[in-house]
Amino acid sequence: MTSPLPPMPPSANSPGALAELTQETLALTRRLFLQLVRRPSTLVAGVLQPLIWLILFGALFANAPEGLLPGGMSYGRFLGAGVIVFTAFSGALNAGLPVMFDREFGFLNRLLVAPLRSRSSIVLSSVIYITALSLVQSLAIMITASLLGYGWPGAAGLVLVMATLLLLVFAVTALSLGLAFALPGHIELIAVIFVANLPLLFASTALAPLSFMPAWLGWLAALNPLTFAIEPIRAAYSGPLDLSAVLLEAPYGNLTGKTCLLVLLVLTIGLFLLIRPLLNRKLS
Amino acid sequence: MAMIELRQLSKAYGAVTALSNLDLSVPEGCLYGLLGPNGAGKTTTLRILATLLAPDGGSVQVDGVDALKHPREVRRLLGYVAQEVAIDKILSGRELLQLQGDLYHLNRADRDHRIDDLIDRLGMEPWIDRRCGTYSGGMRRRLDLAAGLLHRPRLLVLDEPTVGLDIESRSAIWQLLNQLVEAGTSVLLSSHYLEEIEALADRMAIIDAGAVIAEGTPTDLKQRLGGDRVTLRVREFSDAKEAALVRSVLEPVEGVRQVVINRAQGFSLNLVIEGESVIERLRHSLEGAGLPVFALAQSRPSLDDVYLQATGRTLMDAELAIAGQRDLKQEKRQSMR
Repeated sequence: MTSPLPPMPPSANSPGALAELTQETLALTRRLFLQLVRRPSTLVAGVLQPLIWLILFGALFANAPEGLLPGGMSYGRFLGAGVIVFTAFSGALNAGLPVMFDREFGFLNRLLVAPLRSRSSIVLSSVIYITALSLVQSLAIMITASLLGYGWPGAAGLVLVMATLLLLVFAVTALSLGLAFALPGHIELIAVIFVANLPLLFASTALAPLSFMPAWLGWLAALNPLTFAIEPIRAAYSGPLDLSAVLLEAPYGNLTGKTCLLVLLVLTIGLFLLIRPLLNRKLS
Repeated sequence: MAMIELRQLSKAYGAVTALSNLDLSVPEGCLYGLLGPNGAGKTTTLRILATLLAPDGGSVQVDGVDALKHPREVRRLLGYVAQEVAIDKILSGRELLQLQGDLYHLNRADRDHRIDDLIDRLGMEPWIDRRCGTYSGGMRRRLDLAAGLLHRPRLLVLDEPTVGLDIESRSAIWQLLNQLVEAGTSVLLSSHYLEEIEALADRMAIIDAGAVIAEGTPTDLKQRLGGDRVTLRVREFSDAKEAALVRSVLEPVEGVRQVVINRAQGFSLNLVIEGESVIERLRHSLEGAGLPVFALAQSRPSLDDVYLQATGRTLMDAELAIAGQRDLKQEKRQSMR
């Protein structure tokens, strides 16, 4: 017979607030990674899909006349930046799915019954997970692209690529997490993801430069957040880093690398501020 | 001091009233049973206690802490085992417990030690490292109980902990609950099984239509109904005439009431007796009339009698009546954040 289980005073070994926050965030992040490792299909699909884009789509215009693209770039090299951004984007767009399933299956209630130091740890763990995942996927694409002969950014360029991707991933993750709490179920969330994905890709400079597009599409592409991530990365691939150089001649004016990054930063902060009241309400 | 004090608690889901001015006081250190049919408001009450749901009105105190003002403190001292077990199918039981331990900020050595201890107590060793997706209902419930106990809460709240369980799992859970109370944990459990409350609870409340309609120890409640139920025969198979004669002999006996002839049981007699040595007096009277007792069975009133008395219907009837009115899909949506 085992000895009895005496209740413990709640504050028996209470570490500091930061230590508690770290502990709960890491535990929640670990869970997401365990799920990924044991059910790697999302990771595999997330890498395969852009690879197929890169290879098939790259081949589609392989014989395009030289000099058609700005700076005399080959189409494969032009497409590389687009596919990298698209990979990070669609990865981050899925960030809300695990949260949505936790809501639906009631696992979230288990988290909400626990004395979490801050319920932001639930959001934070998703952000950490999706960011890591998107960066790994993007790196896989970059390596493949370089093996296909589409080039590799230098050290400084790599820093720029990563910084740009981080900003984009943060912004899209915020959006997706917001949707995960705002929509009624995973069917609706998947529908939104499905509808958002391809049009945002087409209406950007991922597959073709602005000069190919009719004016109305050019406007859309020049306002599309993906474009603001694609252009700096494309620049990092095509030569020495110059953030003040004009990267895009948008219908409303010229965009430099700095402007692009600034827009992404503002977008990220704006989205987090936008979803905060929603998260506070749903997690209160 | 009371471990739980609920005052004038009310909650409505749209047009449906779940709780209407419910008052409940659960003393410290006891196993308290909440009995009522499905849909009576048991789950809503427990979800409010677990800080998952805000009441429309009323106050909630757990161990002297206002749960509406300081939910986080209440979460620390309370363990909650929900009715529908939400587990992560991909994790193993042990990993789920580790996650739970981290959410309660246990230090690692302590956490792992307690997990081993609970695995041992609840007999989870053979399957704890398998993925939760492969578990049976009984395994899941045991795992969830372990998760609720990991931080050694002063109060454990369980929502229908043994509903639909196999006997082995049920007795494992009952045994652990008894150990917990012995060691000083207060336990509040809801059930619509009379025998569960009967077997476990030190005190109980009957909930019907969102309010407490009877409260006390099970023995008290039954005694308050008064009297013992007696079934009596003067021969194996009697007839109407003889039964009527027996009744006429029994009715004047002091302490005997509600004498009913039970045709279905071979004209035996059902009666309620109250007071000292009624049985002796009753035997004596019958012998005097030349009708010696052939068989006599005496039983205490059951909780079902208590429920019947309090609500005017049996628990079974209440379940059936409510089953037709519930919208389970709607309820699921309400429990979603």
